[in-house]
Amino acid sequence: MIELWNRFNALPAWARWPVLASLGILLLAVVQGVSGTQLLTDEGTANAMVRWSIPILLAGLGGLFSERAGVVNIGLEGMMVLGTWFGAWGALNWGPWGGLLAGLVGGALGGLLHAIATVTFRVDHIVSGVAINILAPGLARYLSERIFTGEVGGSVSQSPRVDGFDKFTIPVISDILQSIRDLNWFWISDIAGVLRGFVANLSLFTLLGLLLVPVSSFILWKTRFGLRLRICGENPWAGESLGVAIYRHKYMGVIISGALSGLAGAFIVLELSGLYRGGQTTGRGFIGLAALIFGNWRASGVLIGSLLFSYPFGLSLVDFDAETSGEATRALLLVMAIGLAAVALWALRSDRKVDLLVAGGMAAVALVWYLGTQTAASWLPNTMPYVLVLVVLVFASQKLRMPKADGQPFTKGAH
Amino acid sequence: MNNPLLRRVMLAVAAPLLAGLFAVVVSAIVLEVSGSPALDTFRTIGENGLKLETMIDTLNRATPLFLAAVAAAIGFRMNLFNIGVEGQYILAAFLAAVVGSKVDLPGVLHVAVIIATAMLVGALWSGLAGLLLVSRGVNEVISTIMLNFIATGGIVAGLLPRFIDDPTAANQGTPTLAESGWLPDLNGVVEIFTREIGKGRELTGVLVIALMVGVIYHVIINRSLLGFDIRASGMNPLAARVGGVPPKRMIMVAMIGGGLVAGLVGMPEILSDTHAYDQGFIQGLGFAGIGVALLGRNTSAGMAAAALLFGFLDSSSAVLQVRASASSEIVVIMQATFLLAAVVAYEVVNRVKQRDEVARAVRATTEMASNEAAVSA
Repeated sequence: MIELWNRFNALPAWARWPVLASLGILLLAVVQGVSGTQLLTDEGTANAMVRWSIPILLAGLGGLFSERAGVVNIGLEGMMVLGTWFGAWGALNWGPWGGLLAGLVGGALGGLLHAIATVTFRVDHIVSGVAINILAPGLARYLSERIFTGEVGGSVSQSPRVDGFDKFTIPVISDILQSIRDLNWFWISDIAGVLRGFVANLSLFTLLGLLLVPVSSFILWKTRFGLRLRICGENPWAGESLGVAIYRHKYMGVIISGALSGLAGAFIVLELSGLYRGGQTTGRGFIGLAALIFGNWRASGVLIGSLLFSYPFGLSLVDFDAETSGEATRALLLVMAIGLAAVALWALRSDRKVDLLVAGGMAAVALVWYLGTQTAASWLPNTMPYVLVLVVLVFASQKLRMPKADGQPFTKGAH
Repeated sequence: MNNPLLRRVMLAVAAPLLAGLFAVVVSAIVLEVSGSPALDTFRTIGENGLKLETMIDTLNRATPLFLAAVAAAIGFRMNLFNIGVEGQYILAAFLAAVVGSKVDLPGVLHVAVIIATAMLVGALWSGLAGLLLVSRGVNEVISTIMLNFIATGGIVAGLLPRFIDDPTAANQGTPTLAESGWLPDLNGVVEIFTREIGKGRELTGVLVIALMVGVIYHVIINRSLLGFDIRASGMNPLAARVGGVPPKRMIMVAMIGGGLVAGLVGMPEILSDTHAYDQGFIQGLGFAGIGVALLGRNTSAGMAAAALLFGFLDSSSAVLQVRASASSEIVVIMQATFLLAAVVAYEVVNRVKQRDEVARAVRATTEMASNEAAVSA
């Protein structure tokens, strides 16, 4: 058992994730068998998870660029709000591509503001972020009042309906996956079902979002610009002594961060809701931030985090539409109980008593809850991501490493 | 400006004044660009502000804003970013309304039980974030943000249906409190000095509690050993630790203290206004309170002034809506621009002060050196 674990750890990261993911699906398949629902590994659930993960993913990647450049950005949420308004406005005037670009620019403007405050004026990063989160919804409301009110379906709190991108399904791969799915083999068909959620019913925007993961990774770790950006977050004083233009790279990082958050906002408008509505970001910028931390400040980690955090919501979307409303969501409690029990076992093995007690206690609560209800309420899946973040931070925060100079003020020529 | 005292006073006042001017100019530009006459709008806001009823509105709004600001400021004083006031006060108000509707007590006791419940819940919820920080090193910004969502979207949303009074009502909420659980309004006190307050306005009695909180906060922070430890931990954590201030205990004290005050933020609504927790319960005071704390530089007087200003602007938005010469949302833009400009201005003033300090030190050293030279000559 231990030898297997060591072998697994020796695998490169790109090989470890698929193994972990398929083990996760195995867990879902088992729970599915126990609780008699079919939705946990359903293609529709996976598809909803992918679609709803994109805003979190884009915001998380935004946070990645900013924090790798040493600027903490809790203004992601506000920049996302700007993205929703400008996205809707652009889409109304120039169609989906216009919306995408306008959202990107709107978010980037928010990023520019954050950069001016934090880099040039060295305002505390949290303070500036909070201010932007207050400013953005107000600005969006004001602009809506001026521009959307009076148009058909428009008001101070929402825009007229806008068109998104066309949906398509990647042909051959989806057909193969479908035929594996139809075999109805335990685990194998479940994996095929989840994978099919990634290739069917896609839009260009979804694909773009997923594509930005390897692109961000490449930019940050394989280019000269990325190296310079990262030294701003690790040790700007050393970077400065080597002639790196720290201020300029910090500006770039934060503006890119805003642009990606703006894209996240535009995605919500174009792909998820079909219009701008006040308050429609519902804290996804903050979940993006959580995905960033969960993902240990890496692009691939952000992707895993955002998929994981949007899974409960994606499931609930499908679940509460179905006739057996709430049953699949209830099964999530069992998944949680098993996951926490695994953490407890792991703590037992490494002799950490407090962890064992906390994780074991939480597992017991989840199990009792599962056994005590027949259907879960809709607030449960909405709250699960936040609980998950806290659980991860409680049990794994020692394993996470943020950029060393993240959040610290930097003054040019002070050293 | 050679007088150092005068220069220091000027610097202290300059930042908020400049920021205010900047905010007015920016909002004037926004108004003009979007086709509303800026001067007219400002005149409407000003004229409306002189009415007694607007002043009552302003105070009613400023009371919870000030409390939320103090709640956040206690953490800020030691560089602890408690973003969780939002979740703390909503959870506290909800549970206090539930408890208040279940107990049957005579006047003063009933109110006391409601307030105590709210403060306790606020302290527990923020204490949880403190516990995660000291025991596991979980960053308080992230944990309080997550706890906000768990409190509002999870606990309150999940439990509210169990306590709903009238399932057919459009705005479902907990049962209305018995009158023994209402806090008397302060209209009588105000009317000693003014005409009768019209339009059904009631000045919340929680204002008195807020004033008490402000005084206690000021005394503890500036005049007590505990306050000294808190400020020292904020200014130089390492020096404070070396000086014998236990960092973990200070974190718990600051988080729990903030939570106690945060519990009070929802009290004007529960004790003086709707007397119940319903789906229309006021949200966003926690985040606005953070803005007020930043604007008021975490001092009692500064936060009171900032809360009055934000409260005044909030109560102006209603009249702008009625007059329709401009969009009432301009008020939010003014607040946010003011806030952002103010934090930048404070930073700039800080730098000027530091430069002054360095210049003074250099002057003193050179004077000393020349004196020594004169003596030895």
